[in-house]
Amino acid sequence: MSVKTMKPFEYHAPLSIKELLGLLDEYQEKAVIIAGGTDVVPKLKGRVLAPDHVVDISGIKELSYLKYDEEDGLRIGSALTLKQLEASEIVRDNYPALYQGSSSIASTQIRNVATIVGNICNAVPSADSAPSLLVLGAKVRILSSEGERLIPIEEFFTGVCRTVLKRNEVVTELQIPAPAQGYKSVYYSHTARRALDLAMVGVAVGGIVEAGVCKEVKIGLGAVAITPKRAYEAEKLLIGKQLTKELIEEAAECACMNDCAPITDMRATSEYRREMVRVLTRNGLCEIAGL
Amino acid sequence: MKQLMRFKINGEWVEAAVLPNTTLLNFLRDGLGITSVKRGCDEGDCGACTVLVNGKGVASCSTLAAQVQGKEIITVEGLSKGGVLSPYQQAFVDEFAIQCGFCTPGMVLSVVALLDENPNPTEAEIRDYLRGNICRCTGYTNIINAVYRAQELLKESGK
Repeated sequence: MSVKTMKPFEYHAPLSIKELLGLLDEYQEKAVIIAGGTDVVPKLKGRVLAPDHVVDISGIKELSYLKYDEEDGLRIGSALTLKQLEASEIVRDNYPALYQGSSSIASTQIRNVATIVGNICNAVPSADSAPSLLVLGAKVRILSSEGERLIPIEEFFTGVCRTVLKRNEVVTELQIPAPAQGYKSVYYSHTARRALDLAMVGVAVGGIVEAGVCKEVKIGLGAVAITPKRAYEAEKLLIGKQLTKELIEEAAECACMNDCAPITDMRATSEYRREMVRVLTRNGLCEIAGL
Repeated sequence: MKQLMRFKINGEWVEAAVLPNTTLLNFLRDGLGITSVKRGCDEGDCGACTVLVNGKGVASCSTLAAQVQGKEIITVEGLSKGGVLSPYQQAFVDEFAIQCGFCTPGMVLSVVALLDENPNPTEAEIRDYLRGNICRCTGYTNIINAVYRAQELLKESGK
């Protein structure tokens, strides 16, 4: 086996957001941002990425935080590691789908340094954190020297490994509203192996079911389209209705037929992925409905 | 251009001129001759290159040396003291938790981090924590037993 080598680059470790934005302005498309580096470093070795500058944000203390209050909900800084996120009781208790999504990613060694913001910025369709962020109503805070914008996670992904981020921009924070009374959420990552496997299909379901009636529902799908996405058609079938087993079956069928466009690759066939979307959407809806 | 970097490696401060496009794995193996750190998959999936950085397991193949400047790095060479194996290493010997040995340094370091974080893990917790260390020989049973044995040895040594 040959040892892959990286193109030479300059390494920068800014200590403040101000310093970071200055570097991004200066180097633009010649710079790549890393936090843990677990997605980017293998890409550097394969020369999928060959930047002149690598900017490490993991030392920026003002980006390493997790805050929660009932008004603003959850705020996750872009230097917060997945392990730090999972260690939060607030995340475990109030955002189970987020906890399940985060802890499904890779391994202890990766999650010790990798970040949830890095997981979405890498923007693979199978990103385990994405379906849960879709059902939890996450917003992405993006900063550059020109200003700030806040965009819903639904609009963040634009293609395989592509996002709306411009060259001098950086994601500083994920914002997730406090869950409404009675809001439940769940995430399933369907993999061939339990360890270190990318999801063939990822499904998150979140919502409020009161006395059997679906007051609110969101379904997030991963690995079955060019980006993680909501299953809007299926959601429409459910809102305001009594959640019977029959209706859940109908919505699950709709999610797998109308809301996704899976490909066939070495991990699974398109047909199998559709079938798993059906099964996991059904299971998720039954879970939040208590059926 | 090489940059001057400092690391605390197995208890001693090391200063070296390192190219920024060097992984921690390559720096440890080729720069310092610490060959217990193995190159397996070279993309962060197998755990053979695991080292401890400030006490936490990290895939050294997917980490730049530059990222861990000023931090404390431990490899298995840093576990034994005066030629005596640490309880973690002795546990692997006692339980025959080694066959070819390629995964062992990374596996042992993950067990160090596991028992530091969670001194009394359940079997499910052990399997989940070690899921990033792949062993192609032993089928994991003896490795799990080695974790329990390490707990015993740590208690005996009063740690």
